[in-house]
Amino acid sequence: MMLTMEGVHAHYGHIHALRGIDVEVQVGEIVTLIGANGAGKSTLMMSLFGNPKASAGRIVFDGEDITRVATHEIARRGIALVPEGRRIFPRMTVIENLQMGTAHADPANYDADLARMFAMFPILEQRQSQRAGTLSGGEQQMLAIGRALMGRPKLLLLDEPSLGLAPIYIRKIFQIVKELNRDHGMTILLVEQNANQALRVAHRGYVLQHGEITLAGTGADLLASPEVRAAYLEGGHA
Amino acid sequence: MSTVVFARHAMTPAERLRDAGWVAFVGLILGIPLVGLTTVDVGGRLAVGTRFGLLAAAVATVFAGRLLLHWALDQARNRKLARARASTATAADRAHGAQKAVMLLGWVALGASVALPIFYSDNRYVVDTATTVLIYVMLGWGLNVVVGLAGLLDLGYVAFYAVGAYSYALLSTQLGWSFWEALPVSGALAAGFGILLGYPILRLRGDYLAIVTLGFGEIIRVILVNWTEFSGGPNGISSIPRPSFFGLEFARSAPEGGQTFAGFFGLDFSPMHRLIFLYYLILVLALLTHAFVSRLRKLPVGRAWEALREDEIACRAMGMNTTNIKLSAFAIGAMLGGFAGVFFAARQGFISPESFTFTESAIILAIVVLGGMGSQMGVVLAATLLVLIPEFGRNFAEYRMLLFGAAMVLIMVWKPGGLLSHREPTVRLNPLGKPAAAKEAA
Repeated sequence: MMLTMEGVHAHYGHIHALRGIDVEVQVGEIVTLIGANGAGKSTLMMSLFGNPKASAGRIVFDGEDITRVATHEIARRGIALVPEGRRIFPRMTVIENLQMGTAHADPANYDADLARMFAMFPILEQRQSQRAGTLSGGEQQMLAIGRALMGRPKLLLLDEPSLGLAPIYIRKIFQIVKELNRDHGMTILLVEQNANQALRVAHRGYVLQHGEITLAGTGADLLASPEVRAAYLEGGHA
Repeated sequence: MSTVVFARHAMTPAERLRDAGWVAFVGLILGIPLVGLTTVDVGGRLAVGTRFGLLAAAVATVFAGRLLLHWALDQARNRKLARARASTATAADRAHGAQKAVMLLGWVALGASVALPIFYSDNRYVVDTATTVLIYVMLGWGLNVVVGLAGLLDLGYVAFYAVGAYSYALLSTQLGWSFWEALPVSGALAAGFGILLGYPILRLRGDYLAIVTLGFGEIIRVILVNWTEFSGGPNGISSIPRPSFFGLEFARSAPEGGQTFAGFFGLDFSPMHRLIFLYYLILVLALLTHAFVSRLRKLPVGRAWEALREDEIACRAMGMNTTNIKLSAFAIGAMLGGFAGVFFAARQGFISPESFTFTESAIILAIVVLGGMGSQMGVVLAATLLVLIPEFGRNFAEYRMLLFGAAMVLIMVWKPGGLLSHREPTVRLNPLGKPAAAKEAA
């Protein structure tokens, strides 16, 4: 088991954002978390990262309890986050951004990892000396993913990677997610509003509502489920 | 389109000569009563005298000036046109050009600052002012670490300057420490105060951070004013020993068992020796600061500062310990400020809390912001401007500060990102040119 969350509660001040979450991610899986705005998807992601810390429950990563571990320590244990809104370092160059992803990694791997990223995202090689803030939204998203992968994580968290991107980039991002999993064996936890696409690439999925898991199942099951269809597929996304 | 317009305005040489001739003629007519005729005192009576020689010179000047003016205007127009045509040059080329220009500027500035005391060896005012510029350059480079690189707005930077200055003043007057012994200790003390300030404000950002640092600066000053037994209160500390040149004093007569600088080198005693020595001392300290900060910027800690400035959450998600990054920025910035303070105390020989008011913090911050956040060379330019403008402005007496303010406003209007806002990347994988080629291939 890569990751287990057991009865996790989290608070933002007085707001009780997560109310007893049970989520499991197995090695080599893509697991997706879907839900409406404000359901607690990003909070779940962030409390996994200890920011805010879970107020109750247990988070176990790779056999180790990380519920009380500091955020930067969690990252060092092999979880990488591609944050919502990308959060690249805009005034630094592309290559410097990639370097920042290796803050805790073995420097011996740097050249090989960089070559791997450039092979996966050729656009980043072309733009390597450019300021990251001048990239397009889709390119920035690839940079954010590349930056996260530079640290050789065991588990990759993707928070709304398709948010605000052109359709061509949305397809590309989901393509990358699939390839990372299939060709590189990366375990991925994916938070998405784009339920349709997310459930298509995911092995399993959870539906989050008001801070609670209301449905769980394989991607195909959830896609077919009438509740999911009514709530997330037929209304907003065509 | 624009070429046609310019063609209509551009003049042939004959036209220019004719134009200048007409202007000179008008000048002549006006000049006869104004310059050509003058009153002279002839035995107590006024008589009209002539100064046709002077008039001829004036008319010739007008003629030449008019020619020159038109020539300069045409040149400026042509250059504008050329620039408009060249705007197809890539951003990378321009950045490369800017970087080369800054490098060149840096070497010229370095050469000028090394040579300055040689040319002004008997001009106390110039050497003194240049020393002041260098103190501000050093302070600017120190604050640049905190504000420019790490992006932590510090309005109380003068506190560390004060800690450095008072550490040296007390260590030397009370315990008899020499300049070189006190320098590292004072720097370490200032760094300690930096960490002391850093801890409580780790979670603060932006405006709130600014308020707390502002308060910290004031706390230090108020303590210095009120703790009379410790710091001498508002009277300050006087007769602080001056640094010596490897044990050689800069004095007219040698102390017991010692030797003077002038005596050792067989020179006639001159008070300028010490001033020039102090100038070179701060120059060396400033250059060491520069080398130190530039090196740090390329190391992981320096890159972490810059990443922190850009996005703190992302930093933590990358596994960076933001607590350590912030504290190291505060400590190193404070240490550099402390070094500058030690030098300040040694140079003045007298310090009091008056030298460490909020205005000083504001000026240092202005140097960093006007120079372009994070730009080392920008700090040099801005420090030079900010020290020299009030100096040149002395002729304007009470309008001096008005001039100063106007200059700052103008800089910000003209260059909102600071004088040098170009950021030099810390790594470059491929030699220049390859990225551009790759772009074309895409």
